[in-house]
Amino acid sequence: MPMQKTLRAALLTALALGTGNVAAAPVVDGYVLEAGHASLQPWLLADAPPHPADNAPSAARVELGKMLFFDPRLSGDGNMSCATCHNPLLGWSDGLPTAKGVKSRVLDRATPTIVNAAYNAIQMWDGRAASLEDQALGPMEANVEMNMDLPRLYAWLRSDAVYRAAFEHAYPDEEIGASTVARAIASFERTVVSKESPFDRWVRGDADAMTPQQVRGFAVFVDPAKGNCAVCHAAPNFTDDGFHNVGLASYGVEQPDLGRYAQKPLGLMKGAFKTPTLRDVAHTAPYFHDGSALTLEDVVAHYERGGEVRENLSPNMQDIALSAAERADLVAFLHALSSPPAPVVLPTLPTRPSPILVQPTLAPERGMAATE
Amino acid sequence: MIKPIRAFLPVAAVAAALVPALALAEATVVAQKDKKFSTDRVEVKVGDSVEFRNDDPFFHNVFSLSDAATFDLGSYPQGESKSVSFDTAGTVDVECAIHPSMKMTIEVKP
Repeated sequence: MPMQKTLRAALLTALALGTGNVAAAPVVDGYVLEAGHASLQPWLLADAPPHPADNAPSAARVELGKMLFFDPRLSGDGNMSCATCHNPLLGWSDGLPTAKGVKSRVLDRATPTIVNAAYNAIQMWDGRAASLEDQALGPMEANVEMNMDLPRLYAWLRSDAVYRAAFEHAYPDEEIGASTVARAIASFERTVVSKESPFDRWVRGDADAMTPQQVRGFAVFVDPAKGNCAVCHAAPNFTDDGFHNVGLASYGVEQPDLGRYAQKPLGLMKGAFKTPTLRDVAHTAPYFHDGSALTLEDVVAHYERGGEVRENLSPNMQDIALSAAERADLVAFLHALSSPPAPVVLPTLPTRPSPILVQPTLAPERGMAATE
Repeated sequence: MIKPIRAFLPVAAVAAALVPALALAEATVVAQKDKKFSTDRVEVKVGDSVEFRNDDPFFHNVFSLSDAATFDLGSYPQGESKSVSFDTAGTVDVECAIHPSMKMTIEVKP
């Protein structure tokens, strides 16, 4: 027995020495930079995004929502669907600095991506919608965006056998109207999720999922003395669901877009906009709510400059200084946040004519447009 | 480094000055930690004050636009705290403007 004990002790010592040869993983802001480490797990998203109690997801709801999302007849001119701006080919955004609405009217804010919007606690650049359901009808109704007469749309949907069947299947015995249209679109949006990126795989334990440079970039990202990015682009969806003025040049113009201030009239909120997620960020250029940064390198450079207009800057935005290598590492890390592109199977839409046969005229702005 | 945000300290200071019988007033401390208030709800009496302490390693804000009390304590970093006292009974909804998921309620009793 003593012999066995000694052997075991020797074996344990050898094992300990063996592991001792491996350099301990660096620790940055409490994160141990080792694939799969427990400290990294807060960065994993929940398996399914949350949903309101009255809108549990089902295949029928998602399918109906997809039909509505891709149907251009939800717009006044019959030529713009949700997917016109939230285009899956362009990271569920539009690739434009700021969105183009009805008759290509240039709007004031960039189209936010749909990717992982389902995990946001608050929606839209200024947070004026609490949920995806709250948000869904806004762009349809806004006359500078899809410019739709909603009662007319509901009548059209009710008169169509294909849509009627799809609604009945998704929301039995419920009226085709604002609530069911909004809930269906929100149900579809909850399927547009990015959580299989190289970063996610690294957090789960695949040491080869990210390159050493991307791991170093993560360190720059979370280090308060380096990138200080995670102070706002926080775990797990790379957003704090918060509002910050990040010092964009557009805040310096006469009568700038005041952003969140329109919802919460506090000085701190002037020029503050919601922190966007960074998941799939490599697919959603250009960047910022005004589309003023063309590349991720431009974004990093903006933060290194400490912003252009520093009046009313977010107190959580600190001056940062990065070496060229750190800058490259950080951008490489941002490229590790993209999930592999998932095929999008387009729905089959009924082929009846658009509900709007008479071209509506442009009226003064109303509704929930991004320009307001 | 960090540009100071216009704080509304005078509001709190004035509110405090208006409160009579300070000797009887009690202070309740509410912390801001992990982007949450340490409690969802506190009950105080007219004349009492509540001290908000930031325990997170970044800035928070504290404000209310409720009828019973309207104040904005501005934004402040870890380790700092600011107080506000209440001179009207009612329900005061308190939020952090930066992180609107942070909400709590103060019931001010007569």
